[in-house]
Amino acid sequence: MPKPFTQLTAIAAPVMRSNIDTDVIIRIDRIVGNSVRGSLGKWAFGALRYLPDGSENPDFILNREPYRQAEILVTGPNFGCGSSREAAVWSLQEMGIRAVIGSGFGDIFFANCFQNGILPIVVDKGIVDGLAAEVEHTQGAGRISVDLEAQTITSPSGKQIRFEIDPRRRAGLLGGLDEVALTLQRDDEIRAFQAADRTERPWIHLAGKSA
Amino acid sequence: MQKPGRTLLAKIWDQHVIAKMGDDTDLLHVDRHLLHDLGGSRGLLDLKSRNLSVHNPELTFATPDHAISTARGRAGTIKIGQELLAALRVETSASGIAMFDIDEPGQGIVHVIGPELGLSLPGCLIVCGDSHTCTHGGLGALAFGIGSSELTHVLATQAIIQRRPKTMRVKFDGALPFGVTAKDLILALIGQIGAAGGTGYAVEYAGSAIRDLPVEGRLTICNLSIELGAKMGLIAPDEETYEYIRGRAYAPKGEMWERAVAAWRQLPSDPDAVFDKEVIVDVGKIIPQVTWGISPEHVIGVDGHVPDPGQIADPAKRAAIETALDYMGLKAGAPIMGTPVDWVFIGSCTNSRLSDLRAAAEVVRGRKVAPGVRAWVVPGSETVKRDAVAEGLDKIFIEAGFEWREPGCSMCLAANGETVAPGQRSVSTSNRNFIGRQGPRARTHLASPATAAAAAISGAIADVRTMER
Repeated sequence: MPKPFTQLTAIAAPVMRSNIDTDVIIRIDRIVGNSVRGSLGKWAFGALRYLPDGSENPDFILNREPYRQAEILVTGPNFGCGSSREAAVWSLQEMGIRAVIGSGFGDIFFANCFQNGILPIVVDKGIVDGLAAEVEHTQGAGRISVDLEAQTITSPSGKQIRFEIDPRRRAGLLGGLDEVALTLQRDDEIRAFQAADRTERPWIHLAGKSA
Repeated sequence: MQKPGRTLLAKIWDQHVIAKMGDDTDLLHVDRHLLHDLGGSRGLLDLKSRNLSVHNPELTFATPDHAISTARGRAGTIKIGQELLAALRVETSASGIAMFDIDEPGQGIVHVIGPELGLSLPGCLIVCGDSHTCTHGGLGALAFGIGSSELTHVLATQAIIQRRPKTMRVKFDGALPFGVTAKDLILALIGQIGAAGGTGYAVEYAGSAIRDLPVEGRLTICNLSIELGAKMGLIAPDEETYEYIRGRAYAPKGEMWERAVAAWRQLPSDPDAVFDKEVIVDVGKIIPQVTWGISPEHVIGVDGHVPDPGQIADPAKRAAIETALDYMGLKAGAPIMGTPVDWVFIGSCTNSRLSDLRAAAEVVRGRKVAPGVRAWVVPGSETVKRDAVAEGLDKIFIEAGFEWREPGCSMCLAANGETVAPGQRSVSTSNRNFIGRQGPRARTHLASPATAAAAAISGAIADVRTMER
């Protein structure tokens, strides 16, 4: 069950390259296995964060203070494109990230964030670039605030920005709701649908029996 | 007033609504849930830890593909891959889920076996914990990839909560020029509208070039929807589709077949259906495509040149191109043709079906792999492998110097330890040229099976049009 998300004031790190894909966020060989959770934080952004010899790349923003403490990422366009691996979200979460702000995200990554209590915020690219510039101007000291209840971002200089979010997803994050349990409360509806559908499209429901 | 026409997406979507949840969000019924070794047993164990059981095991199907070795006898399957396979066997058996195991007909890459077994049908809602689930849209199914949490939700409820996406129609009009394949069409589209061009949309592919494509080509087109940013891609079913499905193991039979086809004929978008966005692609102008960078949108015709960042005014775009060229070890403005290659990989859910192997074999027949190049063919499924062997394709590849492997995902995502070495360059028929995708610091050029075969023979990126017979 995800931890509720209400509000957050934190160090933010701009990671502004376009099309940062989920392979870059977490490499596949780090996530093969049934019990990988808890070991992923140090591998997040591996290809950018470490040099070929395994040492930290000093040029990568998350290797620098104060950005090491970042709980918010300000991201370039199409962040999280690519694979459905939820471990991309887990790895960010395990390195302390609780919100990501960008002009657009990979659709599956975006959905996976909500499942783990991470808030992805979509705002216009001009606003994203403005936030990144403000953060960089303060060398990372200027914090960003996110208020999910009020649906606002407050920039380091105090500029307030309203963001839109799907009401159902907002409620899910605010309450840390367990979606499986909620859907199971509607099991009568699922079973009623299936009963009617067996008459309507019987070939769908015979599948496992026709081999 | 007359009711407006409905799209293929709307017709399938509406058929699956169990309950409306407001704001265009619905609880949808899942007709087919496909599990693989990387996430399948994890989902089943997660369910067990919550004291829940699989809602509809008869609508759930499993096969190992991601983490198994593709060497003969599955020799050298990494330890964790063996553990995942063992867990998948135990957990699917305990839950009453059919599993297609290694060396059995039916095993293969999930997105190859679904259509091949007749599990994936027009009008079906299909999910799988893999982003290339959009592949099945080539049959007129609504199919999309999901994460681990959604996977557990589907196991427990046979339903999924989704917000209705916007609709985009892409029309590919015109006849395929010589040497151009389905892979080239979809790569050209990604080049045209970008890797985020389809984000938030379900994309319907239409037009005369799509109608003329055999089903396997349509699966390739839909497979790359996610590289366009669209998690769903669809093609309306037609006679070609029904002929492809007829007689397959899990396809409806007899009177049930007639009923199913009658329902499927109602699915195509109405002539007056309105899409949120329309894109037109002029097929006649497309030539064989090859990627040069680290996103599928970094794509050019094989006779083209890689970009020169010095010519780009926008600093962010210039920096992005510099990063890509640096990673790929390419010179600004250089022709892509003639770039020497170390590896050729023919396989993956994009291009490992019988027609893909035939197209590659046609280029390879009677020729030799260039010295210094390692070339692999990894068939998409046990059935594809057996069919290819029956018509002698394996011999053509082996005589040319290719390795003929067992079915699986293999080097497409390198989850099973099969990697391209750091700094080495591969022409691959797969779907992602991301940083490190085929192994740390591996360099990937995406192309069609014919173009990949041409690179294997030439030892460099080559124009297959000069080699075809």
